[in-house]
Amino acid sequence: MGLAKLVLRRLALGVLTLFLVSLVVFGATQALTGDTARAILGKEATPERLTTLREQLGLNRSKTTQYLSWLKGVTVGDLGTSLAQGTSVTSALSFRLRNSAVLVLVAALISVPLSILIGAWSAYRRDRPFDVSHSIVSLTLASLPEFVIGILLIILLSTQVFHIFPAISRIPSGSSAWNQPDRLVLPVLALVLSVQPYISRILRASMIDVLESDYIQMARLKGLKEWTVVAWHALPNGLAPAVQATAISLAWLAGGVVVIEYLFAFPGIGSLYVDAIANRDLPVVQAITMIIAALYIGLNLVADIITILISPRLRTSLR
Amino acid sequence: MSGTEPQASDPRLYGLGLELSEEGIGTSFEEVPAPRTQGARRRREWVQLLRDALRYRRTQVGLGLAGFIVFIAALGPLLAPHSPYIFIGAPFDAPSAIARLGTDNLGRDVLSRVLYGGRSVLTLALLATAIGMILGVSFGLFAGYARDTIDDAIMRLLDVLLAFPQIVFVLLLVSVLGPRLWLIVLCVGLTHAPRIARVTRGAALEVKERDFVKAAESLGVSRLKILSGEILPMITSPLLVEFGLRLTYSIGLIAALSFLGFGLQPPSADWGLMINENRIGLVIQPYSVFVPVVLIAVLTIGVNLATDGLARAMIGIERDTGA
Amino acid sequence: MSEGVANNIVMTVRDLRIELDPSGTEIDDEVSFELHQGEVLGLVGESASGKTTAATALLNFQRRGARIGSGLIEIAGKSVLTSSGSALRQLRGGVISYVPQDPGSALNPALRIGRQLREILIAHSFGSGDAERTERVKEMMAEVLLPSDREFLRRYPHQLSGGQQQRVTLAMAFACRPSVIVLDEPTTGLDVTTQAHVLDTIRVLTRSHHVAAVYVTHDLAVVANLVDRVAVMYAGRVVEIGSKNELFGGASHPYTRRLLAAIPTIAGSRVLRGIPGFAPPLGRRPAGCPFAPRCDQAIDRCRASMPPETRVNAEHHVRCWRAEEVAHLPAVGGDAGEDEAREAVGEEEIVAVRGVTAWYASLEVLHDIDITVRPHQCLALVGESGSGKTTLARCIAGLHPFKIVGDIAFEGSPLPRGARQRPIPIRRAIQYVFQNPYSSLHPRKTIAQILSQPLTIFFDLSRDQREQRLSRILGLVALDDSLLGRYPDQLSGGERQRVAIARALAAEPKVLVCDEVTSWLDVSVQAAIIELLVKLQNEMGLSMLFVTHNLALVRSIAQEVAVMSEGRIVEYGEVDEVLANPQADYTRQLLSDTPTIESVTA
Repeated sequence: MGLAKLVLRRLALGVLTLFLVSLVVFGATQALTGDTARAILGKEATPERLTTLREQLGLNRSKTTQYLSWLKGVTVGDLGTSLAQGTSVTSALSFRLRNSAVLVLVAALISVPLSILIGAWSAYRRDRPFDVSHSIVSLTLASLPEFVIGILLIILLSTQVFHIFPAISRIPSGSSAWNQPDRLVLPVLALVLSVQPYISRILRASMIDVLESDYIQMARLKGLKEWTVVAWHALPNGLAPAVQATAISLAWLAGGVVVIEYLFAFPGIGSLYVDAIANRDLPVVQAITMIIAALYIGLNLVADIITILISPRLRTSLR
Repeated sequence: MSGTEPQASDPRLYGLGLELSEEGIGTSFEEVPAPRTQGARRRREWVQLLRDALRYRRTQVGLGLAGFIVFIAALGPLLAPHSPYIFIGAPFDAPSAIARLGTDNLGRDVLSRVLYGGRSVLTLALLATAIGMILGVSFGLFAGYARDTIDDAIMRLLDVLLAFPQIVFVLLLVSVLGPRLWLIVLCVGLTHAPRIARVTRGAALEVKERDFVKAAESLGVSRLKILSGEILPMITSPLLVEFGLRLTYSIGLIAALSFLGFGLQPPSADWGLMINENRIGLVIQPYSVFVPVVLIAVLTIGVNLATDGLARAMIGIERDTGA
Repeated sequence: MSEGVANNIVMTVRDLRIELDPSGTEIDDEVSFELHQGEVLGLVGESASGKTTAATALLNFQRRGARIGSGLIEIAGKSVLTSSGSALRQLRGGVISYVPQDPGSALNPALRIGRQLREILIAHSFGSGDAERTERVKEMMAEVLLPSDREFLRRYPHQLSGGQQQRVTLAMAFACRPSVIVLDEPTTGLDVTTQAHVLDTIRVLTRSHHVAAVYVTHDLAVVANLVDRVAVMYAGRVVEIGSKNELFGGASHPYTRRLLAAIPTIAGSRVLRGIPGFAPPLGRRPAGCPFAPRCDQAIDRCRASMPPETRVNAEHHVRCWRAEEVAHLPAVGGDAGEDEAREAVGEEEIVAVRGVTAWYASLEVLHDIDITVRPHQCLALVGESGSGKTTLARCIAGLHPFKIVGDIAFEGSPLPRGARQRPIPIRRAIQYVFQNPYSSLHPRKTIAQILSQPLTIFFDLSRDQREQRLSRILGLVALDDSLLGRYPDQLSGGERQRVAIARALAAEPKVLVCDEVTSWLDVSVQAAIIELLVKLQNEMGLSMLFVTHNLALVRSIAQEVAVMSEGRIVEYGEVDEVLANPQADYTRQLLSDTPTIESVTA
């Protein structure tokens, strides 16, 4: 089975999963509520308002029809109308999506290389001061919930101790996050500190395994230079298991933005999500859930493919 | 990172992989492994694990920290000087004789609210983890030992659940049904289940191939008995470690949910909720935010440290018994 | 070292000591020997002898957890143990090189083999450019009889067979024309045929390049035709060292004598004698001679203090208080003439396999098999890996999960395919002993629990009755009651295998299926287990199906033998007949490839 075929197959699987996810999302939001209109308008709603809303939302159609029309909308980019703001969901999202994308991308670009370096060095200098101190720090960071990391950062860098960065990342509507770098710093830092310990520890563990392996012993017994052994023999083998874990850690960022954006009042889809949930703005909730799920599934797909490409054993069995 | 976590849940990854050199020899050398326990003492795997884990400093420190927080959370209400609901001063008063840690955003005593505020996080987190473990282990064992087609089907179904970051799934259902406590516990547990199932299944699959399982099969032992008698005893260690890990995540998740306003509702005293309520006054009166933050941090660090000790002890046992 | 040069000594090892790190527990001590140019020294030892750590120490290397404590190693005037950094790197691969035990894991799975071959040339500054190096790689590959075209060199290790992988490591070892090569059990895990080829290659290379070699092994038979001298290690010490002929002809150390008697032979005595007990594990070596607890020649002095090295002659040294007397003892065991006459093969059948074809998933792995196990007799199934012998054994035992076509009958009636479908009396009657004693016993159960499982399933016993039964079963396999409360990891490999046999016996079976039950055991332990099985067969009248890859072993236990290759039976008949007059080409090849020490001891 060639590589292209494998990719297509995984892609199809991803789409299938996404489809099932949409069922769950729709089922949870529309089907679970006994009376959606009443749930939205509250107990005091008058019958006329209820009827109008039902018509507006198309709630008098069968559940299946509602689902299919929603699904159709999703595929063409029409995500419905926001109940809270009355505008189209898509337009409300696009600005926010850009901001969140910047946030997540910057966080990923920093944390991945950083984690790899730290993890590999820890493994190579096992049990020495760097490794030991890094272990303590990473164990601590890995335990903390991300909002705790965020608050501690605020306390440390914005308020009590130093007053370097703004605690709130309000960005004027219209301008993007990219233009206000100092507003980005704390949220990015919080995300990086949440993700880095995981990737580092996994890389460290896999590098330790590799460094203990027979082929590394053999490389040393052949008289190869230490640099050659570590960089060309050890690292290529150590990275492969880390790819999966890295992708998953990055995928976590998709969910982590929710809390971090809320904490820093960063105008991205995460904070919008929280607002939408508080307001029972179901179309927005559905839309953002689908986006996050799609990102999650997509990242896993990329991880699978990279893993295959990296491992010669898997690559050659494709022929 | 308490929302979701790497799927590659090899317990070694959470442990630091450090090996005590004395015991770290094992299979590199041709030797009959020296017995860890002499004589005919009956050895229960998990008791052995706990005992070994306690020998590590990190487990001791971890249990100490976590125990301290549990103490505060459990007995807090008995020690609180005031009720957590009454107003004893102006909002964000500085610490004084009546309010040792000052007052919160509504003028209530921070110390009392802190002492009352731990029970909810702890109980909810424990319940959610328990639900997740029961569901996850059952599915995982079943999938691990069943025929390939059934195994595939179960895991595909679970994959759908896995497509959501944990917090997103919980929030999704909260958006519909509102912030009910039972819903939160159930959802958090539900999102743990597929992840735990993966770990369980992986461990079960590995054990299933071993000769002693085949030996039992050749004797005609029933599938159920093989699961409970042959496979389960081999995986109690990784499961114990997984439990510790899940507990850490549960605590983080539930605190985060309260922080977002979807957990316990005002006027309840809850650490996560307190952090959110009081952060406006962070500059004026930091204790109202700082103390609950530190308490949550110490709890999660403690549980994670203890779990790490368990993981290391487990590696030690596996190495020695060649398991 | 002018003396060394005059005697053509290439490597000197003096008082090498290796310890655990950091406890300092001894692994090897007082290891001393000299290696002459072009000579092959066999370093022989069983488990816990410390031979592998001694091997890597020669390149000043130890795994994490061990360290070289003290000693002297000199090669061509350079001191190995005091070298470090770039000087050490020059030595490794350039002056002394290493051939690993498991080439599959010693070759980097992420790098193409051409690259791995080339880099040793680069590291030792061989050749002045790419062209020269490419030429040299071609030469290297030709020497080990491997293709050197671009396609082959671009392969990854997993795309090569086990034998090919080992040839690659041999090529790397000889690449820079070192003075000494250390081979660490390089044919473990290879098929008999492949093993023979690899040994041939080693012999040719060492002779043609006048390279001295240290060949580490647990199997004397393998090195009998390859080595010039032999050093026998036990519990971290060299207990005897001398020329091959001297040792094989009449050893001076009791352990060497017993070891020689435990090796299966094609033409010598059928009876294998094991050595009772087991080797002391690290950190639990007794004071005095470490072999004393198991030695039939031991006197009080042996238990009190460690014997020093004494010279038998210039080449032959031994560490034994009673070396003089031992040297004059007759060989252990008799010769073929003293063996009891073999039992005649009967006509009845207890397990009949007719026209059986079996699949593994969608692949057909057994083709039209006909075999018969006769009551109270033993049929051996011999073949290499992939021959289908284990599959056939599992079909009979009810452990084969895939499709089977054909008739398998037990005592005349058809046998249900899976063990679970068999009624209890039938399940009891056919019992299976697994190959690997390290994985066939549940690590978290006591021996008593493990042995009680079949008792609980097959019999209705009171607690007292069960305890009596357990005691009796252990006695059958010559184990003590005190083991009942222990866990498998507290037992040696031989003891574990005895427990596995005991578990099978607990059901009071009629047929015992033994699947390569000695492959994971040392030679002396293997002999003891074979002794046990023969005794059990005689005393209990068991019928046996004995699966093995070692044709020589078959003589000691079976009356009939079936030789298998690629899922078919290529030869079938009485053991003596088949071994004396093999009809099939494959059998002939197998016979000639099976290493024996008879060419030396005859």
